[in-house]
Amino acid sequence: MKNKSMSNSELIQYKSEVKDLSFYYGEFNALRNIDMVLHDKQITALIGPSGCGKSTFLRCFNRMHDLYPGNRYQGEIILHPDDVNILSENVDPIEVRMRISMVFQKPNPFPKSIYENVAYGLRVRGIKQRAILDEKVEAALRNAALWDEVKDRIHELAFNLSGGQQQRMCIARALATDPEILLFDEPTSALDPIATASIEELITDLKNKVTILIVTHNMQQAARVSDYTAYMYLGELIEFDVTDTIFIKPKNKQTEDYITGRFG
Amino acid sequence: MAVRSHSNSKKAGKLGYSFRRHLHERFIEMLLFVSALVSVVIMIAIVAMLVKESYVFFQHVSILDFLTDKQWTPLFDDAHYGILPLVSGTLVSSLIALVVALPLGTIIAIYLSEFAPFTVREIAKPFLELLGGIPTIVYGYFALLFVTPLLQIIFPELPGFNLLSAGLVMGIMIIPYVSSMTEDAMRAVPMNIREGSYAMGATRFQTAIRVVMPAAFSGIAAAYILGISRAVGETMVVAIAAGMQPNLTWNPMEPAATITAYIVQVSLGDLPHGSIGYQTIFAAGLTLLLITLAFNIIGHILRKRYREIY
Repeated sequence: MKNKSMSNSELIQYKSEVKDLSFYYGEFNALRNIDMVLHDKQITALIGPSGCGKSTFLRCFNRMHDLYPGNRYQGEIILHPDDVNILSENVDPIEVRMRISMVFQKPNPFPKSIYENVAYGLRVRGIKQRAILDEKVEAALRNAALWDEVKDRIHELAFNLSGGQQQRMCIARALATDPEILLFDEPTSALDPIATASIEELITDLKNKVTILIVTHNMQQAARVSDYTAYMYLGELIEFDVTDTIFIKPKNKQTEDYITGRFG
Repeated sequence: MAVRSHSNSKKAGKLGYSFRRHLHERFIEMLLFVSALVSVVIMIAIVAMLVKESYVFFQHVSILDFLTDKQWTPLFDDAHYGILPLVSGTLVSSLIALVVALPLGTIIAIYLSEFAPFTVREIAKPFLELLGGIPTIVYGYFALLFVTPLLQIIFPELPGFNLLSAGLVMGIMIIPYVSSMTEDAMRAVPMNIREGSYAMGATRFQTAIRVVMPAAFSGIAAAYILGISRAVGETMVVAIAAGMQPNLTWNPMEPAATITAYIVQVSLGDLPHGSIGYQTIFAAGLTLLLITLAFNIIGHILRKRYREIY
């Protein structure tokens, strides 16, 4: 079922559909007419050389660009199953971020305990019952493969964790609110190879639980973890297909050049 | 050996410039060291002077009387040397000032750092800083001739000199210091921590209160400590608007003298050097120094305990 047919019977397989999306930083046109889909509970990777717009694209999904003045979206990102365009001006970006979580390039723990970091999303949603918080925090830390390492010091400051542990805690924080889509913005670029391997393993484990979109500048990483891969260049989506196809038999010459290292 | 010295002399030709650079660097270093030393030496000199002159004072007046006597009348025939009336005046006026300055300064900082659009911030900041540049004597008369009459409309029995008016105006005066330092501390919090909070679905206010302020805690504590020190050490406003009668009271509606106001009063008078009345200002000054020092130490401990690394 991994072909990207657009027939109505298969629409349900898509978690999200991007339709003719363009994005502007002020006057600068950073994304041009992107059409793409996110398959439900699959991992989609965005690859491409620096400045190609892959992070910009990722940050459209949780309306991060709304934080800064002068940014403008055009086109649609439809979120299924309720078929709502999350870029619509009538949609509150906070509502979008309640359903679509994000993990950043550098681990960004808050100046709080591990527990309070993971519980943060629940607290801003107004959840106060200790029992619910305890349960969700533990579940999220287990899902992020961090529970056993931190369960005895869960009320210590999160800064005391190692870089890799901090990033897994940030993943737990993002998971605690049961997001529908999880966005990763180069989540391993600040980590050493061992921590990177554990994060990649974690991302693979999260498949089937949540739809994942991951930006990576590491092509091996895209090949290792993702089911679908999109190659972007200068704000355009050049090719989007099943990961194996992109890496073994890309249809586009540009993609092939990038994949084989002749360019980029 | 000969070979070595030969190679040395050859190297020396190349190293000549380096040597001069080294000397130059040492000279700069010395200059910076001396500048830093000057401030330390002045600090030590001030403390030494206060301690030495206070020592003379405490040979005439016991420390117990100084700390427990409820009257401060060193210039009267029936002289009493109890510092408490001055301390109460200082603490009451400072407390009023801080009740005004800390919340307002913090709210302004949160607004400017987290909410205000770029243009608003660029206009508001210079105005705030201008507020901090107004001479304190102007604030003093503002308190005496504008705020007190205004307060007397609400509290008709309020005397012309009172701690309330002086404290309120002192608070307004301190707002820019608190807000400016607090805002700097908050803006120094890296954007990626803020984005992390927004990405979790937090509002601007939640982000400011739950993430940015805890992350900026040490800077905010420094701002508060500076505000407290300013309030405790402020002289002109209280000297003009609070009256100069030492009065052991915790009621802000009464006139009273602060430690600083008393020092002004005595320094302006023509008391002979070396008289016991003259010595009192050093004992009062030392008390003031110890109060501000205590606040600074508390602030330092708080900052160390809650220091956030990001």
